[in-house]
Amino acid sequence: MAITDQELGVFKSIGNNDKAAIEAVYKENYSLIQYFVTNNNGTEDDARDIFQEAMMVLYEKSRLPGFELTCQIRTYLYSVCRRLWLKKLQHSRRIETKVENFDQIVQVEEDIEEHDKLNLQYQTMRTAMGKIGEPCKSLIEAFYVHRKNMLEIAGFFGYTNADNAKNQKYKCLVRLKKLFFAQYKNA
Amino acid sequence: MEQFELAEVVERYLTGEMGPEEKHAFEEMRKNNPELDQTVVEYHFFLEQMGRYGEIRRFKSNLYDTHQTLQESGEIKELQLTAGTRIVNMWNKYRRVVAVAASIAGITALFISGMMTIFNPKTPFRDIEELRRKVSNLEKQSSNQRAEFNKFKTKIAPGSDVKFGGTSFMIDPKGYLVTSAHVLKGAKKIYVQSIQGEDFLAEIVHQDANSDIAFIKINDQDFESPKQLPYGFTRIQTDLSEAVYTLGFPKDEIVYNEGYLSARTGLEGDTMSCQITITANPGNSGGPIFNKNGEVIGILNARQASANGVVFATKSKNIFQLIETLKQRDKDINIKLRNTSSIKGINRAQQVKKVQDHVYMVKVILG
Repeated sequence: MAITDQELGVFKSIGNNDKAAIEAVYKENYSLIQYFVTNNNGTEDDARDIFQEAMMVLYEKSRLPGFELTCQIRTYLYSVCRRLWLKKLQHSRRIETKVENFDQIVQVEEDIEEHDKLNLQYQTMRTAMGKIGEPCKSLIEAFYVHRKNMLEIAGFFGYTNADNAKNQKYKCLVRLKKLFFAQYKNA
Repeated sequence: MEQFELAEVVERYLTGEMGPEEKHAFEEMRKNNPELDQTVVEYHFFLEQMGRYGEIRRFKSNLYDTHQTLQESGEIKELQLTAGTRIVNMWNKYRRVVAVAASIAGITALFISGMMTIFNPKTPFRDIEELRRKVSNLEKQSSNQRAEFNKFKTKIAPGSDVKFGGTSFMIDPKGYLVTSAHVLKGAKKIYVQSIQGEDFLAEIVHQDANSDIAFIKINDQDFESPKQLPYGFTRIQTDLSEAVYTLGFPKDEIVYNEGYLSARTGLEGDTMSCQITITANPGNSGGPIFNKNGEVIGILNARQASANGVVFATKSKNIFQLIETLKQRDKDINIKLRNTSSIKGINRAQQVKKVQDHVYMVKVILG
């Protein structure tokens, strides 16, 4: 099946964290994945987790400069979900019968390996963030996750001016860096 | 140079915020100082990771929000299927028969329901009103002013809007609170506010839509856990006509109301809840219902839309049960409910004085 320009547009927008695109893809595909997972020994929660992880893979691919979408988003998502779910079933030894196959699939093994690697890095940072404690955690999140500027942060955390907040941010950053690399070497 | 000052310089260098002269000088320094060079390389990698971490978090939160909105608007639904492969096989085999049967049944059902709507008087679709509160801008201001008056800085970021409010109360001094699950619907961040006006950041531990109970935990370094709660929880059925009272936040200040138990079951004979005649308004959801001994008999969660003063509360029994199932699933959760109440026998005003410190306003930020 040919890939339309519209489809490519949606694919690019996913990489830009575009809400409308995410919603469109969600609406279009969620029930298929939900049906697939719940009919293969999975729960509603499993379906949501698997779908959202597949969306992460799609997001990572979309951000990759050289990557070209060679099949429809639906086919791609389905293939990734299928693979992820199989892995999970095998991991938990819940697998008893062959997983139902009711759609065309594409090869996604390498994409998922790549995703696992990136996910490991994400988890490493997450663990480090979990260890740093307050107010550092909130401060760093405010800057790097919620993209607040130093002035807003100063107001929010009760620093007298942006410079004080900035100093505090860098003190936190030094600590986080240490925690991150300690974690990274263990991983 | 202090470590943190170095961090600032390196970040400025890496994000390209340095002027050409400064950049040149820095690069010279880097060339002559291998230790600095190493630090720059480390920071480069670290900040890249940090940036990616932020991006992923933003994407994930978007995914989460989308799921919530689509679920609320009904565009994605829970299937409630637990079918194994056997059922799938049967489904494949009998698909056609089922389809024919279903369409016949469907047409009949449509016909009947069509007849029903034609011949029946109109009744409201849902005769129940959940009592979470929409928070207006004016209230937010006055709340902030009060908090400042009491020397507490509000912790809620200026950009984020408190959209809904309700009531919650402590069930375990370790910082566990209970409230109605619907109060937290769509919540991205939750703060609870004490009667003194101090905000604490809280997180959802578990929510159960079926019994409309949610557990949250205060996760805030400013929070000092009390030694013991003055009130206990009872599983015993309360008698009809027994006096009860509640505390809640239908406005920005704690409000007391009293009434009596009017039926042992809730709406349409729901045995998980009971019916109380009391005044309750949006914002009262999640509030404790105490009996005369100061024991919690339930959590207020809704009122009948078509009747006056008919309020429903989830029975305390459900809290006990939910904790049991939670403990089986997660060993880390250690919520203990007190059985006895230390305010038994003292007059109502004194009871309320002791109890009110443990009732918190819930502020829900949708993100």
